Amino acid sequence: MSVDKATVAKIASLARISMDDAVCDAMVPELNQILEWVEQLGEVDVTGVEPMTAVIPNTLRLRDDIVDADPLTGGGVREKVLANAPAPEHGFFGVPKVIE
Amino acid sequence: MSEYRIQGATGEWEVVIGLEVHAQVTSQAKLFSGAATAFGAEPNTQVSLVDAAMPGMLPVPNRECIRQAVRTGMAIDAQINKWSRFDRKNYFYADLPQGYQISQLYHPLVGEGYLDIAPDDKDPENTKRIGVERIHVEQDAGKLMHDQHPTMSYVDLNRSGVALMEIVSKPDMRSPAEAGAYVRKLRSILRYVGSCDGNMEEGSMRADVNVSVRKPGDEFGTRTETKNVNSVRFVMQVIEYEANRQVDVIENGGTVDQETRLFDPDTGTTRTMRSKEDAHDYRYFPDPDLLPLELDDAFIAECRDSLPELPDAKRHRYENGLGLTAYNANQLTADVDVYQRFEAILAATAEKVGKAEKDVATQVANWVLSVAPGVKNALDDADEGNDTTAANAAIIALSAAGTVSGGQAKEIYEIVLKTGREPDEIAETEGLKQTSDTGAIEAVVDEVLANNADKVEEYRGGKDKLFGFFVGQTMKAMKGKGNPAIVNEILKAKLG
Repeated sequence: MSVDKATVAKIASLARISMDDAVCDAMVPELNQILEWVEQLGEVDVTGVEPMTAVIPNTLRLRDDIVDADPLTGGGVREKVLANAPAPEHGFFGVPKVIE
Repeated sequence: MSEYRIQGATGEWEVVIGLEVHAQVTSQAKLFSGAATAFGAEPNTQVSLVDAAMPGMLPVPNRECIRQAVRTGMAIDAQINKWSRFDRKNYFYADLPQGYQISQLYHPLVGEGYLDIAPDDKDPENTKRIGVERIHVEQDAGKLMHDQHPTMSYVDLNRSGVALMEIVSKPDMRSPAEAGAYVRKLRSILRYVGSCDGNMEEGSMRADVNVSVRKPGDEFGTRTETKNVNSVRFVMQVIEYEANRQVDVIENGGTVDQETRLFDPDTGTTRTMRSKEDAHDYRYFPDPDLLPLELDDAFIAECRDSLPELPDAKRHRYENGLGLTAYNANQLTADVDVYQRFEAILAATAEKVGKAEKDVATQVANWVLSVAPGVKNALDDADEGNDTTAANAAIIALSAAGTVSGGQAKEIYEIVLKTGREPDEIAETEGLKQTSDTGAIEAVVDEVLANNADKVEEYRGGKDKLFGFFVGQTMKAMKGKGNPAIVNEILKAKLG
């Protein structure tokens, strides 16, 4: 598997990363090297082996349906949530007008 | 049911419809955080650092949301996947702080199921089976407001991270009526199960409507998807408009573009939402923050055991067990609020009159569906708080015992709604009772017959129509308070 310049440009655009031509040109071999490196994994014969998601046996933990049980993952923290917003107004995030 | 066809210049066209319904899961907290889900809070006050996608925050799924999606799957007889997984759907938009939505593309929680719909409300037995492809669980996005500021849009993330079920139908519907019936049936089941409040006005349930047209028997045509349609009527309008638009496009030599469209409720039309250059490429991949979701047997058993009696089963029991008409059974079971009211009043009435439920069911059904709403809707000063189960049961019991007439029952109910007084006391104090005392009625009947000896002769001579006259005279003499059944009985006996 390898990528060409058009693919790199498309991925950059989808990821909203601005990349000029020179950077794009440089990125093509870099990404291809990474892909090649990862592809070495293809040499391992995994016939009949279930795909695994973690190397230690573990299951997904679930949370109880309780509001603000843990202050770190609860609501009511508008100040914190908006702290880094460039243009908060009336408790909202203000963003450049986006309308389709 | 007759087939729905669009009449085009080149002949008849068939419409093919599939619906993706997004239903907000009823839960206290969000799908992956502890922030509250309640509707109508101040902007951004129900947003956790997880929902705002602050660096380093990790999602932990809410068990209740998973449970409700599984129960919903069971209610449509669907396959429950004991192993499912969350994927990231990547795109940029101002209402999506993560830059991706956590969803389930490859391994949804719920697989194939179905709904039986009755497109004609008056003919509930005439059903069509609509396949459901899957139900998966995903996060809702935030809300954008465009009209609050001249150059900015405002973002409220209170909805961000709220759990949604996406319920994807197969392209099995062929008319606006079928699609409408599907949404109504699905809404009813969700409300029975308690997994979604089904409130379309508040956005708890909304549909993406996929429509294509074809000549009957042909392959499927190219479909368009109209997003976020939030009422049954609008769903039907979208289909009607889109089907006609597509037929026009094709018959004028064009082709239908596979695209996303928006519905404008003011004009009843749809328009293109996204241009092709912008065609979405979501680059789905498994969310590395979340391990696969594995359900154990105990969890699944609890989901199954906690399911209530569902609409179809209830409807059949009302017909076969309680002896109600198909129409009444259908009306009573269509919505949770209605059946709960019916069952509460039915139980209270049966207990009050000391009979089995099936012996008073028809009377209670008529009361709940027609008599009571008739009285209540005519009042503008009714107090809902007075409309108690006990009061309704007491009035029906008075009526069943023959103590009050149908008209008197309505009058008593009206007073109950306005004042909250006890029905038995009202009947007593307001003189709203009919006489069932056979002795008293006999005395009046004797008098009426004596005063109208000539008419009695005519009646006995074969003029049957006069029976009504005697009933009228008797009721008049009793100021309308004679029990009509007993009056009739005594008159018949006396007139021979």
